[in-house]
Amino acid sequence: MSKLHVTTTINGDSREFLCEPEDTLLDALRNTLGLTGAKEGCATGDCGACSVTVNGRLVCSCLMLAAEAEGQEIDTIEGMADHDKLHPLQKHFLEGAALQCGICTPGFLVAAKALLDKNPDPTETEIRYHLAGNLCRCTGYDKIIRAVQNAAAEMRGA
Amino acid sequence: MALDDTKRDFKVIGQRVVRPDGIDKVTGKAQYGADLILPGMLWGAVVRSPHAHAKILKIDASEALKLDGVEAVVTRADFVEQKGDNFADNLDNIMAGKKALYDGHAVAAVAATSQRLANKAAKLVKVEYEILPHVTEVDEAMKADAPVLHEGRKYTGAPAGSGPNVTHYQDYGHGDLDAGFAKADMVIERSFKSEGVHQGYIEPHACVANYNTDGRGETWVCTQGPFMIRDFTAAFNGFNISQVRVTPSEIGGGFGGKAHIFIEPVAAALSKKTGRPVKMAMTRSEVLRATGPTISGHIDVKIGMKKDGTITAGYLGMRAQGGAYPSGTVDMATQAAFAAYDLENVKSEGWNVVTNRPKEAAYRAPGAPLGVWGVESVLDELCQELNLDPMEVRIKNAAKKGTKSSYGPTFDDMGLLTALEAAKAHPHWNAPLDGPNKGRGLSCGFWFNFGGATSVSLQINSDGTASVTEGNPDIGGSRASISMMAAETLGLPFEKVRTIVADTNSIGFNQETNGSRVTFAVGLATIKAAEAAIKVMCGRAAKIWGIDEEAVDWVDGAAVPSGPNAGDFPPMTLAEIAKVAVQTGGPIAGHHEVTADGAGVSFGVHIADVEVDPETGKTTVLRYTAFQDAGKAIHPDYVEGQMQGGAVQGIGWALNEEYIYGADGRLQNDGFLDYRIPVASDLPMIDAVILEIPNPGHPYGVRGVGETGIVPPLAAIGNAVSRATGVRMTKLPMSPPTVLKAIS
Repeated sequence: MSKLHVTTTINGDSREFLCEPEDTLLDALRNTLGLTGAKEGCATGDCGACSVTVNGRLVCSCLMLAAEAEGQEIDTIEGMADHDKLHPLQKHFLEGAALQCGICTPGFLVAAKALLDKNPDPTETEIRYHLAGNLCRCTGYDKIIRAVQNAAAEMRGA
Repeated sequence: MALDDTKRDFKVIGQRVVRPDGIDKVTGKAQYGADLILPGMLWGAVVRSPHAHAKILKIDASEALKLDGVEAVVTRADFVEQKGDNFADNLDNIMAGKKALYDGHAVAAVAATSQRLANKAAKLVKVEYEILPHVTEVDEAMKADAPVLHEGRKYTGAPAGSGPNVTHYQDYGHGDLDAGFAKADMVIERSFKSEGVHQGYIEPHACVANYNTDGRGETWVCTQGPFMIRDFTAAFNGFNISQVRVTPSEIGGGFGGKAHIFIEPVAAALSKKTGRPVKMAMTRSEVLRATGPTISGHIDVKIGMKKDGTITAGYLGMRAQGGAYPSGTVDMATQAAFAAYDLENVKSEGWNVVTNRPKEAAYRAPGAPLGVWGVESVLDELCQELNLDPMEVRIKNAAKKGTKSSYGPTFDDMGLLTALEAAKAHPHWNAPLDGPNKGRGLSCGFWFNFGGATSVSLQINSDGTASVTEGNPDIGGSRASISMMAAETLGLPFEKVRTIVADTNSIGFNQETNGSRVTFAVGLATIKAAEAAIKVMCGRAAKIWGIDEEAVDWVDGAAVPSGPNAGDFPPMTLAEIAKVAVQTGGPIAGHHEVTADGAGVSFGVHIADVEVDPETGKTTVLRYTAFQDAGKAIHPDYVEGQMQGGAVQGIGWALNEEYIYGADGRLQNDGFLDYRIPVASDLPMIDAVILEIPNPGHPYGVRGVGETGIVPPLAAIGNAVSRATGVRMTKLPMSPPTVLKAIS
């Protein structure tokens, strides 16, 4: 079967790529488009390391077909900083030591941004439940939750 | 290298600097094992046994090789047979020979032009098996008539009655147990059972191998041990070690599980055979089926206590399974079990038995959590029965400097009592815990800490900065702590030092990143390398000043005359010396190679509050506090991070995680949906209290902190659940069905 042609917007830029019908969006991002910030931890939607947003909605890119990206706006970790200016979440993850090995970090940042975009003042419980689809094996989540709280406070101007 | 008592006023050490590799990790730029794509690269896939125990009669890859784009297939016949148990067992584990020994055991591998094609080709490789009886349970495997995994590997010193799968036995202790138990006012005996648990790193094993037919090449890999990968890859493929260069990628967690060899020599074999780069990355299912879970098994504990809380005697016996190949990890469980206590009469003994499960791999303080779980549980029950305060009993019996430990050595300076006193005084211990179905648990924990073979080199740059090259993959922020120790020694600010983890050709040999050894041993070698560079810089200043080298000291990042008699010269800074280095004798660098000892033992104390739902058996952790002796916390954020992460892995071990095998010997829960590690909504904040009792074996007092944190949670949670329910918990994990069964 010939490949499918997909036109999409990734991190604000128009992108085109070819994919097999069964390729996942994660395959296309990592292996075709060179965007390796999204990671494959399980390929079954259980770990969240491949988190991206599609039209602002948080998805596991391992569970979405690449062809489904046609005409959609995809945002990945590579687009989170505004050129040389880090997003407050990125800054607080760094300053609060909210990462150890860092493999889950892109997924957590994308998921946390999706939360704060909708809910600028989440409770600790809301943060914990929103991030329950992202696995971290290093930190015990403590410093991640605190970094999200601190970033939310900064973004609210609190 | 002894503690420098004069060096306690730190400028850089103890600060919470931003880690140097951080920006790459928050922007998605950091490159991990699976992130590299090379021109002309092929993709590999492994053919794995679906059987727990089977003879491999024939492998026919002809159908697979007919597919357009399938370039090579390798089997055991493509590897060099090994002498010696370590190399031979590891080769057999990464590519089965005559028999497949567990569900998921590799039997062949293919390389093709895409991952999908490689997966398809792997399914077309026909393997003829003769299925053999299998055994996955410890006590079944120990029997004399159990299916035998390896003929002729029975441990010759095994106690009478041991079956052919018993490959190891060892005991430790001192005193007279019978006399000790006779002195006790109460003796409690309990048997405990644990299931296998996996390290659960989020990044599956991945590598890219790029070799030529002349045996020269490169491997890019996520590993805790690039030198280990190099040596096995060379041996299994018949390469000369000097021709194999291994570059460690960023590593997405390891916890011991990536201190072992799996797909890397296979990728090298496929690359050699095709002359093209080959990437191999495991799926999560492969990680769970074929890489190392920890040992598991039965633990029998007997402890005697007087009414005043004095422990009169302690016994622990563990029957452990370590998967399909002989393992000695049970020794660390039995050695660690009673380490926290100063005992007159103590004995621990352990058996290892092989089973049709994946070869066990190191997992954070390997074995220690299990032994300590058994001891701390019985200790807690004795406190309940004798109506004693569990904190006071631990303080009363705590090991201290000068104690002859249960496993032999006599302890030096250590922080157990300090941790216990801190826990006793902490608001958590003193807070009321009101309401039904709630309980508070306490446990001590111990890890030996390791040093090991280490090489570091350090160069002084012309702009007055320093570059450090080391060889231990950084999993949790060690490049920051190594830079901090270099900066402290040289008298530079943190920002003027950069540390990299080099490939195996660019630095001397290093043991794996394990045993909580990196901040201790690499730090120690870094300090020595910096001191070597300082000696050179003092020599240059002496030369410029025209005075004796011995008449120059190093103070706050500058050479100074050592006294009024040495001469009257203003301090010459590192930058000033570096700028003219080429004119004054050549480039300035320092290096140090050592097998570091004096790692300094590590103790921790954890307090857990839980609530158990009597209708479902579900346990909720309400509050958790960890106390640990760090010797000297180089970067406190990452010390806390180790304590918090270890605690939560232990909470997962206590409450959720287990390997479940079916009657067919196949792993039933080979994904993160069913092998459920803790998620954010399962947990409270984890309070971490760092204590600093300097390690006499390190110039800045550092002790490794990576492992102890996983040791206390099993018993801290277990004791809390037992107190909440009124029923002593003796089986892990304390999942809702287990707890419900115990309380109903």
